[in-house]
Amino acid sequence: MSAPLIEIRDVSKRFVKTLDVAGRIASRLGADIREETVHAVDGVSLSIAPGEVLGLVGESGCGKSTLGRVVAGIHAATEGQIFYEGQDVATLTGAARRRATLAIQMIFQDPFASLNPRMRVEDIIGEAPWIHGLTSKADLPGYVDEVMAKVGLDPSLKKRYAHQFSGGQRQRIGIARALAVNPKVLVCDEAIAALDVSIQAQVLNLFMDLREELGLTYLFISHDLSVVEHIADSVAIMYLGRIVESAATEEIFARPRHPYTKALLAEAPRLDQRRRAFAPIVGEIPSPLDPPPGCHFNPRCPIAQERCRADRPRLEKIARAHDVACHFHGAT
Amino acid sequence: MTAVLEVSGLRTHFFTRAGVVKAVDGVDLSVARGEVMGLVGESGSGKSITGFSILGLIDPPGRIVEGSVRFNGAEIANAPEETLQKLRGNKIAMIFQDPMMTLNPVLRVDTQMIEAILAHEKVNKRSAWERSRDALGLVGIPSPEERLKAYPHQLSGGMRQRVAISIAFLNRPDLIIADEPTTALDVTIQGQIIHEAQKLTRQTGTAMIWITHDLAVVAGLADRISVMYAGRIVEQGTTDDVIDRPLHPYTVGLLGSVPTSNKRGERLYQIEGMTPNMLALPRGCAFAPRCRRASGSCAAEPPLEQVAGRYLRCFHPHVDAAPA
Repeated sequence: MSAPLIEIRDVSKRFVKTLDVAGRIASRLGADIREETVHAVDGVSLSIAPGEVLGLVGESGCGKSTLGRVVAGIHAATEGQIFYEGQDVATLTGAARRRATLAIQMIFQDPFASLNPRMRVEDIIGEAPWIHGLTSKADLPGYVDEVMAKVGLDPSLKKRYAHQFSGGQRQRIGIARALAVNPKVLVCDEAIAALDVSIQAQVLNLFMDLREELGLTYLFISHDLSVVEHIADSVAIMYLGRIVESAATEEIFARPRHPYTKALLAEAPRLDQRRRAFAPIVGEIPSPLDPPPGCHFNPRCPIAQERCRADRPRLEKIARAHDVACHFHGAT
Repeated sequence: MTAVLEVSGLRTHFFTRAGVVKAVDGVDLSVARGEVMGLVGESGSGKSITGFSILGLIDPPGRIVEGSVRFNGAEIANAPEETLQKLRGNKIAMIFQDPMMTLNPVLRVDTQMIEAILAHEKVNKRSAWERSRDALGLVGIPSPEERLKAYPHQLSGGMRQRVAISIAFLNRPDLIIADEPTTALDVTIQGQIIHEAQKLTRQTGTAMIWITHDLAVVAGLADRISVMYAGRIVEQGTTDDVIDRPLHPYTVGLLGSVPTSNKRGERLYQIEGMTPNMLALPRGCAFAPRCRRASGSCAAEPPLEQVAGRYLRCFHPHVDAAPA
């Protein structure tokens, strides 16, 4: 395998809610108020090869969006390093830093909230390449037309505002905005979740076409296993801030080893299942403010034992390109 | 099987300043005791308005302009508010996508549940409380006695939806209309909720209409499926027929656009264009502009016909071809 395009090493992201003045006074007077820390991402390592699509799957609150934002440079990691083409992004400066930042772009879930309602489409798409000097003012209109055509938007609509477009078209505008700075990597955060089924297929096809045409690499974040199975080369499953299993797509769907992955696969609704008896896993994802000790999944796990409540399982290689973080991955 | 609900020729229109929106324009469906009917469509297809119309929850500028809704044999379309109020929450219950639409944020769960019982039955508060507690237990809420004292905001999304479902089942209704009840929930929680709903309909014989945009969800839950497009049912049949042998080009397209393992890495079948503007629907078949099989005859409105054991509204069904 070639050297990874993006590698993240032991990245953690914590959000700390500091106390306000009233809180500090109250705590000094003996009230039981403390700073709250959310471990959104807790020691995650991942690597993405050039041209690869990595699917990042998890339920809400598992930290997958935060991880995506850290990779895209929107949040700074609290701990750990992110390497782009082998270089630690945090140590880069000047032009090299800008090149690395521009190379990773993000597509957001909600095409209604992520576009400025007071900007025309041509400005939404054209602002960044102009500011970063990728095109001159004179060439900008032609450049915008080209990018719009690439994502299947009619360039004659560029004087319009975002609200004049349907949901699917807006998502295309968001994709065009990201593509306008010639990125190498797209971080798609639930990029099709808000769209209608028939429109989802259109946008998924667009992602696949762009990958072929532009050689893009994707970090594809989704809660929808069937979408990830369709588009991704490899999959990482996240639970409460940690990666619990990662493997090539066929491998993980054929031979899931972590009990959480198994549960997810069993419960994802599929077209070929009829009136089946659902036997769901119990409980809900715990609060990241107060995660359970040991393995985060232990309160819901059908095979948890004493050890799971004390030791955090490390992500272990159990086969070629198949990592699992479970003490008992050999069981069942 | 006797039909709990029979809807025929239902039309609900909204008279807005911009024009008449024919949100529901000729819907026929029936649900039998203990049956789960999946009502599938994209946003704006009229699937939710169909549900609201059955319960008489349409507010001006909308109204039911035509058609009948027969519940246990009695006509309830445009019935007086008094009659409907006796049915709602009692014989017909509704579960919404957002449980906060059902739950009052300033009242404790027990207050709301007991109120729902006392509104329809003369029982004492103690037994109403006991029934509420048992109802919460039935939907898999741990320590229901504690939860009864909670306010809705103290519960997680999944818990709130469970409370909403247990309220729907409180008075042992004959029919439950569930409008995208699991759309906002995580996969594992969705699995749990569907499991509870399925168990309860089997135990109590309650009929259910499950409204959703997600074909995969109803494939594993419903006995029969109705597919809606632009206010009309375009295909209706048993789950096996509709999912495995779809005939309407729209159903074929919808199923083709769902990613499954055997289509891995391939381009998905895509329905061109976008969902239609309900103010300016094309003449005849509303799907024709996006349809690959459309011809000149589609300018006329195709009637709902019985084809191969199901109802179908199309001049060019996929009877000859294998589904894409």
